[in-house]
Amino acid sequence: MSDLHSGLLVAVIALVTLLLRALPFMIFGGKRKTPAFITYLSNVLPCAIMGMLIVYCLRGTELFKAPYGLPELIAGGTVVFLHLWKKNTLLSIALGTVLYMFLVQI
Amino acid sequence: MNIRYALKRSLPVMAGYIVLGMGFGILLTSKGYSAGWAFLMSLLIYAGSMQYVAVDLLAGGASLISAALMTLMVNARHLFYGISMIDRYRGTGKKKPYLIFSLTDETYSLVCSGDVPEGIDQKKYFFWVSLFDQFYWVIGSTLGGVIGSMITFNTAGIDFSMTALFIVVFIEQWKSTENHTSALIGVGASVLCLVIFGADNFLIPAMVVITAALTFLRGALEQKQEESGEKGNE
Repeated sequence: MSDLHSGLLVAVIALVTLLLRALPFMIFGGKRKTPAFITYLSNVLPCAIMGMLIVYCLRGTELFKAPYGLPELIAGGTVVFLHLWKKNTLLSIALGTVLYMFLVQI
Repeated sequence: MNIRYALKRSLPVMAGYIVLGMGFGILLTSKGYSAGWAFLMSLLIYAGSMQYVAVDLLAGGASLISAALMTLMVNARHLFYGISMIDRYRGTGKKKPYLIFSLTDETYSLVCSGDVPEGIDQKKYFFWVSLFDQFYWVIGSTLGGVIGSMITFNTAGIDFSMTALFIVVFIEQWKSTENHTSALIGVGASVLCLVIFGADNFLIPAMVVITAALTFLRGALEQKQEESGEKGNE
């Protein structure tokens, strides 16, 4: 893997990310009022997208062969439980990750 | 005063960004990249989950086209953050380009309500909180890169930090909204598309189905939103 190609990959990812962030401001940023439908989407989409990203993270989980998704289930369940209990973002993420790393490495 | 207030509000993000940034830096160096790459990526890309995905793309020598498509899919949600900040970022002048560039999930969660106490300049608060957040992220990733290149340990499973982050944000959003239809559609449609299209191709169909379902349910959802008094902007 050459440094040049790595550099180009970083540049492409940076540009596409910036484009996505800037596009709404370029389209609707002027004097025009934001259309009601767009405002509606911006209210309801974030919840749906976050659910989608969780599924995206877990997409490679093998349910029908060992370990049957158990590390994901146990560590994920721990994150949910810890977060509902302690409401500490950092604690939930750190303990969940350490537990998962332990489960997949033993 | 504005700076001190922004610093205080950004503290929860500081903890998260330094730890997640370190996770990213360690992951990147585990694939043979130096700490300088972690620094550069956090400075220029500055998108947490995408940078984790980018480690895979770099290590696998992905093509530029597939990297661009992947970025489009993973970061498409930023379109919606932008849309909901159009009105609040109006009139921010010279700070605006940086505010737009630095609008990450976490920064969004700090600026989306737009509420600031009396005596605080809202626009300056937006700017400082955005700058602090990126500072934490850059420090964390560079530190992780340095640590990762000095110590060798088994990093298998460290990617779960990303899953855990999304679960936590999902719970927070769930608690701040009364109507969970949107969240359930997001999970349901994604699982359905994952089963139908498989792990490598489900993201785009899932986004289409989610957008279509939310469009279809607009009447019902907006009515409920009004009844519950416009709660939960996230």
